[in-house]
Amino acid sequence: MCLAIPALIESIEDKEAEAEIGGITRRISLWLTPEAKVGDYVLVHTGYAINILDEGEAEETLNLLREIAELAGE
Amino acid sequence: MKFITEFRRSELAEGVISQIHRKSKTQARFMEFCGGHTVTIFRYGIRQVLPKTIEMVSGPGCPVCVTANIELDKAIALARIPEVIIATFGDMLKVPSSYSSLQEVKADGADVRMVYSTIDAINLAKQNPAKSVVFLGIGFETTAPIVAASLLQAEEEGLRNYYILSMHKVCPPAIRAILNSGEVKLHGLICPGHVSTIIGSYPWEFIARDYSIPCVVSGFEPLDVLQCVYMLVAQIENGESKVEIAYRRGVRPEGNQQALKFMEQVFEPCPAQWRGMGEVPDSGLKLKRKYQHFDAELAFDIDPGPTHEPKGCICGDILRGVKTPLDCQLFGKVCTPEYPVGPCMVSSEGSCSAYYLYGEGFEG
Amino acid sequence: MKDKILLAHGSGGKLAHELIEKNFLKALANPFLVKWDDSAVFHLSGRVAFTTDSYVVNPIFFPGGDIGKLAVYGTVNDLAMSGAKPLYLSLSFIIEEGLPQSELNEIVDSIQKATQETRVEIVTGDTKVVHRGSADKLFINTAGVGIIPDGVDISGSNASPGDKVILSGTIGDHGIAVLSQREGLSFSTQLESDCAPLGSLVAEMLAASPNIHCLRDPTRGGLTTTLNELAKQSKVSIRIEEEKIPVREEVLGACEMLGFDPLYVANEGKLVAIVLPEDADKVLKAMRENHYGKDATIIGEVTAEHPGRVVMKTCLGASRIIDMLVGDLLPRIC
Repeated sequence: MCLAIPALIESIEDKEAEAEIGGITRRISLWLTPEAKVGDYVLVHTGYAINILDEGEAEETLNLLREIAELAGE
Repeated sequence: MKFITEFRRSELAEGVISQIHRKSKTQARFMEFCGGHTVTIFRYGIRQVLPKTIEMVSGPGCPVCVTANIELDKAIALARIPEVIIATFGDMLKVPSSYSSLQEVKADGADVRMVYSTIDAINLAKQNPAKSVVFLGIGFETTAPIVAASLLQAEEEGLRNYYILSMHKVCPPAIRAILNSGEVKLHGLICPGHVSTIIGSYPWEFIARDYSIPCVVSGFEPLDVLQCVYMLVAQIENGESKVEIAYRRGVRPEGNQQALKFMEQVFEPCPAQWRGMGEVPDSGLKLKRKYQHFDAELAFDIDPGPTHEPKGCICGDILRGVKTPLDCQLFGKVCTPEYPVGPCMVSSEGSCSAYYLYGEGFEG
Repeated sequence: MKDKILLAHGSGGKLAHELIEKNFLKALANPFLVKWDDSAVFHLSGRVAFTTDSYVVNPIFFPGGDIGKLAVYGTVNDLAMSGAKPLYLSLSFIIEEGLPQSELNEIVDSIQKATQETRVEIVTGDTKVVHRGSADKLFINTAGVGIIPDGVDISGSNASPGDKVILSGTIGDHGIAVLSQREGLSFSTQLESDCAPLGSLVAEMLAASPNIHCLRDPTRGGLTTTLNELAKQSKVSIRIEEEKIPVREEVLGACEMLGFDPLYVANEGKLVAIVLPEDADKVLKAMRENHYGKDATIIGEVTAEHPGRVVMKTCLGASRIIDMLVGDLLPRIC
């Protein structure tokens, strides 16, 4: 449930931001993520950022997936 | 697209799938609580690529599906009031209530507007000062803080014609109710991703601790779900039961404190009706006394009349994971996405809709 | 108020004549229309293709096009999908009172350009003006006729097992470009509608192989709906591969945001062709040489089992049914 997708914050004005999602931009609210900065990727649900995505964790998850996939090749 | 396309890569998926095959020895039944996961599983055909040792069942995690008729009837009754504009997410428009649907009352002249966000609903209220805008608050912990924020914004701006019909629900009590009923034996739980973004992973600890069921919080891309299944299999084969997060980029163990603060400021727990499960204690959210002037139920005098459940529809059993759509006599015959009888056929993440649209049971 | 269309413009009286003369004939005049007769009279010889369509797009101007251009291209494309060379069109306007004349003129100019590009003539037309609220700004109804060259037999019921399925380019551009302008959903994007005339593309494809089995433009309901129609009409199964279907990043982004599947989003300048396996490469080559088919690609094939069904191989290697669109595509949150 709860469709939420990653968007890149391009500019911030008070509690709102312009965010880019695969080449389209939309105004989103930062009420729930006041600490978000320009350049952060946030998860957007119904026009609100619900958290800041952790790029380091994403990379680690992908590394873990690669390791699992490599185990399969052995 | 960053954070999306890299989690759809087929060559990585292939490796993870064959590792799941290699590792899984014990017969196990996993429930994906969340309808979003149901969609990923069907859309990518994940059930087909998993080994025979793993059985997947869908849970009640679709807010549209679990909304009881008694609540839908209130929404319809509100829509029939001439000075009311109903603002709702698109998901709710087609859902049949006891006697009608929002789509039908709209065709009869009710002012029902589809919005993408509560921001749009707030704007509607500003643009129509002579009308009352009622936002239909559906959704779990992911959506409730947003609706809470919209209400705080309305309060801050002194908006007097914005109301909420709160049908919000919270997930952990529903899972406890399913486990307590003992109707379906589970060996692993795929915990909802974006609900956990808000509430964190701690609220799932009781499942691992009290019921010895492995829990993994998953994201919504195919690789996320495969990784989650892999981690559940690993726990089972190691004889463990703990809460893990596979969706670490989107979920922190402590959740989103700011969102939780808003939710607690505006809402308080109450018993709620779940379709198929009846009343579940502390599983609903109602407005706190301080914010009751936003409560559409109190602001308008409505009489939704007696509720009525469609004959033969087994959505309730399906939502509890006890039956599948293929067990339903109406499925695909009387009940189709064109003419839905129950909500699980309407909602795009409902089990019946997923079975129907993606051809579950189809071999080839 | 002179700059707005009034109910009186649809009355049949002086204002109506003025409207036809100043707004329509100025741009669209041709030997048929200047006669002011009740019907157009012309000769046709050969097998005739005849089609009709109505256009109610909201908004009437959108990135990459407008309702006028869409009406001409759409009608011409429907004729082209039978392999016909489009010749004559009718054009009927239903105007909501209050429409600015400047907007109407802009649309008529756009129609004129589109007819010139597609080498068709508007031979008859009509205008009605309705009360405010009875229509949404402007509706256009068209009909069109064309002639099918000898030896060409294109129909949705011609697909047979072994045939290849070709798609002429990216999907979902039109639907998302139009949606980006809708109130309440507004998001900004560089994306434009793919609104395009496909007559020349079809002519070049037929030159490469006159044996093309099926042609169809996947408009409302998207690629999935078109494939399902073809599978049902031909009583065959169509198997496609998800990873072969070209989708622009903006379309994917918007679909993720709104909870749509690009497979169901409308196109206005794309076609699906079903051709004999031995002709596939020839046809594909001809398509790629035309501007409107430069991203053409083979997305799947026709098989005999599961008649009437469309099966898609997902990126995980699994197979699933893809069914027609049901009702409206509604943005969803879950």
